Amino acid sequence: MNKIWILARKELSSFFDSLVAYIIVILFIGIAGLFTWWLGNDIFLSRKATMDSFFAITPWILFFFIPAMTMRTFAEENNTGTIELLLTKAITDWQVIWGKFVACLILILITFAFTLPFYISIWWLGNIDHGAVWAGYLGLFLMSAAYISMGLFTSSVTNNQIVAFLLALIAGIFFHFIFGLLAGSFSGTTGEVLNFLSFTSHLQSMGGGVIDTRDLLFFISLTLLGLVLTESALAKRNVSD
Amino acid sequence: MEISVQNLTKVYGPQTAVDGISFEVKKGEIMGFLGPNGAGKTTTMKMITGYMAPTSGDVLIDGVSMREKSDQIMKKIGYLPENNPLYLDMPVLKYLRFIAELQGISKRSVNDQIKKMINLCGLNNEKHKKIAELSKGYRQRVGLAQAMIGDPEVLLLDEPTSGLDPNQIIEIRNLIKQLGSEKTVMLSTHILSEVEATCDRILIINKGTLVADGTPASLRQQSQVNEVLQVRIEESDEQVKVKLALEELETVLKITDLPGRKGGFKIESKSGDSSKKEVFNLCVKNKWILTEMIPLETSLEDVFRELTV
Repeated sequence: MNKIWILARKELSSFFDSLVAYIIVILFIGIAGLFTWWLGNDIFLSRKATMDSFFAITPWILFFFIPAMTMRTFAEENNTGTIELLLTKAITDWQVIWGKFVACLILILITFAFTLPFYISIWWLGNIDHGAVWAGYLGLFLMSAAYISMGLFTSSVTNNQIVAFLLALIAGIFFHFIFGLLAGSFSGTTGEVLNFLSFTSHLQSMGGGVIDTRDLLFFISLTLLGLVLTESALAKRNVSD
Repeated sequence: MEISVQNLTKVYGPQTAVDGISFEVKKGEIMGFLGPNGAGKTTTMKMITGYMAPTSGDVLIDGVSMREKSDQIMKKIGYLPENNPLYLDMPVLKYLRFIAELQGISKRSVNDQIKKMINLCGLNNEKHKKIAELSKGYRQRVGLAQAMIGDPEVLLLDEPTSGLDPNQIIEIRNLIKQLGSEKTVMLSTHILSEVEATCDRILIINKGTLVADGTPASLRQQSQVNEVLQVRIEESDEQVKVKLALEELETVLKITDLPGRKGGFKIESKSGDSSKKEVFNLCVKNKWILTEMIPLETSLEDVFRELTV
């Protein structure tokens, strides 16, 4: 646990040193704020104290930002050879993966924390459904965890950050768009399975304020799958043909 | 701690990079690991540090297999990987602290350890700079500092002096020698004089197999069959006569003139014989003035070439 935290702290400080963290936080608040207060369903016009437009736009922002955040994690270490330095210290492969995962997740939490003023202002303006807001945040958090673990995996298979970014984006396109779109054109089991794989359907059900175990299990198992794949990519160095 | 390498083999696809090598490095020993490019040095180092698992065979450090990668063993190994990878965006102090914490050095001694390494590696003026701003030599010092932090009992150094200036090379060599008396050190290098100056034992690897294992002196002896003397006799007028007389000596196998040196010869003795006495006595008898007699030793370069070409 301690080793995970040492690495996570180092990763976080390199996010802040390289300005990545500031850019992500500022752009995120800017875009989310723009859509929440003005461009989306303008809450002053609709006169409804909800954060629906915030929860509608945030997954799309994360769709771009998370790959940008994770692309560096392993690809740069693979490129410069520091991965060898790291893995020959008294730290296990899993501790390295968890360390990087935790660092990305903390950065996401920091970003979300900056959107709390939106919540507080709307609360102040009217009668907000607190349950729906917190369930919505939980949904975003779980989705981010799943998407981060995919990003770690795509970063671990290459030594090129651009490739890592694009691969994560491709995975994102499937979970954000394609599964949802295809689900509409299939009926029966295929449609249900595709719908179950879509991030959007799970986020919508959680945004309504309903926390369903199936949604939790979906995101958690996707996260674990991503981390296991990352571990197998790291362990590949041990396999000889 | 003792490193024991047993039948280590690594196969990449159709290529066998390391082919069943076995050796041991004992505590207090500095082992030099030599070999031409692509001989399997770095692959062997990577398997010893547990970064790569061997295809077959095993590496035991203090009897514990590196396949287990236990924290207890890992924190006692200091490793400088090939090409000295570093986190360039970190300042030197922060980087050393990060490594020290990863290696599980207790909170109380982290600061002392960092201070010690900064002094030892001469990094005092650079300690606040980002590693990216440092020259190659200073980066190498940072690499050595991270390998040696926390007094690991085993030091594995892949080309420790590359990029250093001559003064620094001597300092680092002395440091390694000094550390070597109480640690188990294994270093790989291309610089043969370095091995000669620092190592107690040499291992030469070629095409994945061990071709030599011994002290620098014993390797030189092994490869040398006959005694060779370089002599100079100051008889400007009688060069031919001198040469003829030398050739008649019983122990002499072959005489060659040393080009460009008046009165100089290279004398190879017959197998098992020494010509030193005979040459001297011959000179005394003829009242020739002998100004030079140097036994020529095979250099490590010769040994290396003989074994690996």
